[in-house]
Amino acid sequence: MSSIADPVAATPRSDSKVATLAAPAITLPVTGERELRLDLFRGMALWLIFVDHLPANILTWFTIRNYGFSDATEIFIFISGYTAAFVYGRAMLERGFVVASARIMRRVWQIYVAHVFLFTIFLAEISYVATRFENPLYSEEMGILDFLKQPDVTIVQALLLRFRPVNMDVLPLYIVLMLFLPIILWLMKWRPDVTLGLSVLLYALTWQFDWYLTAYPGGFWIFNPFAWQLLFVFGAWCALGGAARMSRILSSPVTLWLCIVYLLFAFFVTLTWHIPQISFLMPKRLEQWMYPITKTDLDVLRFAHFLALAALTVRFLPRDWPGLKSRWLRPLILCGQHSLEIFCLGIFLAFAGHFVLAEVGGGAFTHALISLVGILIMWGVAWVISWYKHSADKDASKAKRMVNADMAGGSV
Amino acid sequence: MRPRSGAVLVLSLLAGLAAAGPARAQDASQAASQTPPAASQASPQSCEVPAYLLNTESLLPKVTEAVKGGKPLNILVVGSRSSTIASSADSAYPAKLLAALKQKLPSTPIELSVELQGGKTAEETDATLVKLVEAKKPTLVIWQTGTVDAMRSVDPDDFRGAVGEGVVALQKAGADVVLINLQYSPRTETMISAPPYLDSMRVVAQQYSVPLFDRFGIMRHWNDAGDFDLFSTFHGTDMAKRVHACLGRALSKFVFDAARLDPAQQN
Repeated sequence: MSSIADPVAATPRSDSKVATLAAPAITLPVTGERELRLDLFRGMALWLIFVDHLPANILTWFTIRNYGFSDATEIFIFISGYTAAFVYGRAMLERGFVVASARIMRRVWQIYVAHVFLFTIFLAEISYVATRFENPLYSEEMGILDFLKQPDVTIVQALLLRFRPVNMDVLPLYIVLMLFLPIILWLMKWRPDVTLGLSVLLYALTWQFDWYLTAYPGGFWIFNPFAWQLLFVFGAWCALGGAARMSRILSSPVTLWLCIVYLLFAFFVTLTWHIPQISFLMPKRLEQWMYPITKTDLDVLRFAHFLALAALTVRFLPRDWPGLKSRWLRPLILCGQHSLEIFCLGIFLAFAGHFVLAEVGGGAFTHALISLVGILIMWGVAWVISWYKHSADKDASKAKRMVNADMAGGSV
Repeated sequence: MRPRSGAVLVLSLLAGLAAAGPARAQDASQAASQTPPAASQASPQSCEVPAYLLNTESLLPKVTEAVKGGKPLNILVVGSRSSTIASSADSAYPAKLLAALKQKLPSTPIELSVELQGGKTAEETDATLVKLVEAKKPTLVIWQTGTVDAMRSVDPDDFRGAVGEGVVALQKAGADVVLINLQYSPRTETMISAPPYLDSMRVVAQQYSVPLFDRFGIMRHWNDAGDFDLFSTFHGTDMAKRVHACLGRALSKFVFDAARLDPAQQN
């Protein structure tokens, strides 16, 4: 049970061995072996995001959004905040604000380039669809392609992150969150709890005053950064010693039962979405109070659902669980270790999958097959990247010594 | 920190492309061998709608009253371009709805008019709704909306507010309301995000006890069940006509049930 005290940190030691670096306010675990649980769940989130981006098929039923309020995005952003704080927090303590910020900005640039690259592929896909597809049933919906008629505006807006096609909202969110990471870390170095408090305050004010970022040609950012920063900062807070300080709460039986009850409640509510026949069981009052559960502003119900899932995971999946080393979980962990690349690949594969389905058609079987093939490709590519890093690159040996290089690089 | 991350990324995507090639070919052959011709050539008779997609707790008291009292039934369909088929409006679902209702209610005089609000969001339609209702005095307004809002990614909160206001205005003007949501359009799924708008309409329907005709769910069911291959590229209007015929019939059944007109449907 000692693992609860240190749910997602990098070493399985008790508190006494956790290195307290320069600043007394935050603690960083000593660099040890990788925290495989982070990789595992990030890999899982990547797979789930991919499957959720494809048209519904059998595999969709394995994604967590069908069994509760939150989905893979929450896991992803939380772990991103965690790893980013872990890696760059160390840089900030050891090398100072300027160097850490410089490194973060380089990372932001990488993510931005990845986003623009994906946008190019997306443009290619829809331009193709626009010229080939013609079905009078959908003449209205095809109007969405009208933006192709004014590439001068559209492409500039895309570079400004204001024009985002569906499914391409996570990277812009991540870019914005990373842009503010230097300030977040700087505040955390001073007072972690106050920083988290400020984050909660921003979240509350966002809800109160309905703050959002506008998008092009109309509307708003699908993932409101003012709201979603809460998960990111919370992840950072956990990485920098918050998780350890929460250990008593996490190990209490009250928390356990609260989590279980809440997860069951969420499960039941989601069930009424899938089986409309039983929706009469839902009290109307409750429905009116609860709906809509917005993803854009990270509804409190979603956040709570993620917390409950995380609390149970940390409790029942110790960091030294032998299964983490098993062959069967290797593909997931491998994908989680190269998250930016695999995330982008997943978005691309989702486009490709849509394309295949549209071009060759096919029933439920083809749908499921495409999901499976996509996951296999993600695994294969993760393996190749990992091989490059450890065997093919000229500084491969150096990479091995930089224990957390993957985490630094792969903190999407 | 890896300076080569960009290169790795390009490589990974290229690898993905290369790997997707054979997968595509494989899918093609499987699709060819597995799809029975009947599935893609569905006849209009094969578009069953499961009962749960047509169930509604909300009622249409004005329609019930009109039909039972032998008064004329005046229906107004307000919708965007997906409520019609270009150059063959007679085959679109409103016309099919009218035909089916006339068949079911031979003794009731039924009138149906269609007001297309092409390219208008729910909020923009709100302004004209009241005028339309005052001019036509309909018993029932069937309001198809959401597509334009989704395409312009209007804030779902604003969309929900606008639909709610429209519904209230219609109810105040003395009409029953049926809402129709978006089409299931798998081809544009990567470009138009339907779920927030579907959810918003469900919320409004619940809030004001308005029957919601789940066009999206029904069309997706047909696609999954193999009645229609909505992914496919049909250049003619043939499939559009068949889909609309099925929608019109399903809608007539839905209106019938919501007005509790069919004795067989009463529990």
